Amino acid sequence: MKTMLNVALPKGRLGEKVYAMFEKAGFPCPSIKENNRKLIFENEQVGVRYFWVKPSDVAIYVERGSADIGVAGKDILLEYRPDVYELTDLKMGKCSMAVASKADFNDDRSKTLVVATKFTNIAKAYYASQGRDIDIIHLNGSIEIAPILGLSDVIVDIVETGTTLKENNLVVVDKFLPISARLIANKANFKFKNELIEKIMRSLEKQTEEV
Amino acid sequence: MQDFERVFSGIERTVYALRALYGNYGFKKYRMSKFEEYDLYVRNKDFLVSDNVITFTDTDGKLLALKPDVTLSIIKNSDGADGDVQKVYYNENVYRVSKGTNSFKEFMQVGLECFGDIDDFEIAEVVMLANKSLATISSDYVLDISHLGLVKGVLDACGLSDQAKKKVLAFLGEKNAQGILSVCASENLSQNFIDILKSLVNVYGSPEKVLPLLKTFNLTAQTDQAIKQLEKIINSLKTLNLANNVRIDFSVVNDMNYYNGIVFKGFVSGIPVGVLSGGQYDNLMEKMGKKSRAIGFAVYLDELERLYGANGFDVDVAICYADNDVDQVNLAVETCIAQGKSVIALKKIPQTLKFKEMIDLTKGDK
Repeated sequence: MKTMLNVALPKGRLGEKVYAMFEKAGFPCPSIKENNRKLIFENEQVGVRYFWVKPSDVAIYVERGSADIGVAGKDILLEYRPDVYELTDLKMGKCSMAVASKADFNDDRSKTLVVATKFTNIAKAYYASQGRDIDIIHLNGSIEIAPILGLSDVIVDIVETGTTLKENNLVVVDKFLPISARLIANKANFKFKNELIEKIMRSLEKQTEEV
Repeated sequence: MQDFERVFSGIERTVYALRALYGNYGFKKYRMSKFEEYDLYVRNKDFLVSDNVITFTDTDGKLLALKPDVTLSIIKNSDGADGDVQKVYYNENVYRVSKGTNSFKEFMQVGLECFGDIDDFEIAEVVMLANKSLATISSDYVLDISHLGLVKGVLDACGLSDQAKKKVLAFLGEKNAQGILSVCASENLSQNFIDILKSLVNVYGSPEKVLPLLKTFNLTAQTDQAIKQLEKIINSLKTLNLANNVRIDFSVVNDMNYYNGIVFKGFVSGIPVGVLSGGQYDNLMEKMGKKSRAIGFAVYLDELERLYGANGFDVDVAICYADNDVDQVNLAVETCIAQGKSVIALKKIPQTLKFKEMIDLTKGDK
């Protein structure tokens, strides 16, 4: 039996772009383009199996070895610190981790700063590096409304174009971390499927340089 | 002799095979108490895999801990003249926080330590035993070897600041080439050093592939010596015909405050994390006031559970009997056992019981 390479792709636009790169690298799987609700797609001839998972779960599938490789945002890798190899920066899905607040917010350093975020660990590390005393509120979505409703002073969140912030009357205070999609690999499976993984890695690297 | 093969689970079989292996090479079994003074771990916190330790107060008020690690205890209690080589192996439970559940768990470890005035023979022997341990677990395995002396030598030669070194090491562990390049850029390294760091992070493979590349480094006496030692150890494995599954991989970066020299990590196909980890830890010995050098490794047995899979049957034969004929049931049971089958006799067979064969005495089966 041919060894299958298991690839976890993030559901959504980024995942589709990444799949196109894998296809170019010589690992096509035509059935993936059929419009249905299937989550797993196989091409036994070239020995590859793709599956769509929630973007924030990619790292878990890879760390636990169900996926040999996958594509995950740097934000997820910094937040959850999975024990995986970070092979290549795909230079896609580019955005930044930023602090934002209401335009008229005055940062009073004599007070504890209240921070709302989805990325608790990143926010903690950022403020710890400044020696700032903070209170963290973990939210799962619609972070932008936290300062408006007075739930928090600032938010720490991903900013791509800044449109959502603007529409909610928020401004960026500090863009402190560039984010992009990374090719990650399970540390054990990297050894056992080394040739395949290195082949994909080289091809993706070349493709990102060409862009 | 009783045949215990059938009774052993996959992990138990592995444990006994490993103990026999280490015993054959003159390693003595080392048994220790479950508890250790907490103080030992406070002083060497970074050596532990996780910071969290289960502590409790003994009857005399002393703060004790359930062992999170075996190596520290063995070294602390190693007596005798510094210098004499001692070889011990252990099979102990340790208590650590498991990453998944974020709560304390008991882990079983088998491992060995060799300390004293060790030389290349002992180092080669321990690496060989690590290799054989993996072969005991599965025929599909990989032993990754790195040399921290070489990595440290390269970082020193590059003249990186301590903070940059730390970053480079972390990136090396992640095989993050772009990360290393970004450090190189911010430290204004010359192209020669950038190329060397790049090959450290990118290179992975058999000694035949990697060693020639390392020899082109030509940096310092320290790195040359490290490369020579790495080659010597690998050649000794080759002579024993044990080098086929060995790969050189500089992403094995154990903490340099404790480790130096040869370090290694073992993987078996089907398990997503390393199952064996070890290396030379002279720096830890020095920290603990010992004048000798040391090398050792541990095998993480709990990870192996996944390899052996679940037992498909509870029992070979289920016997269903009617009330009063004790002799008839006994006879049926003894017959099965004489045939080397496991058997359970019940008046009513539960639906959840998984058996290969059923003898229903109530229906006149024999």
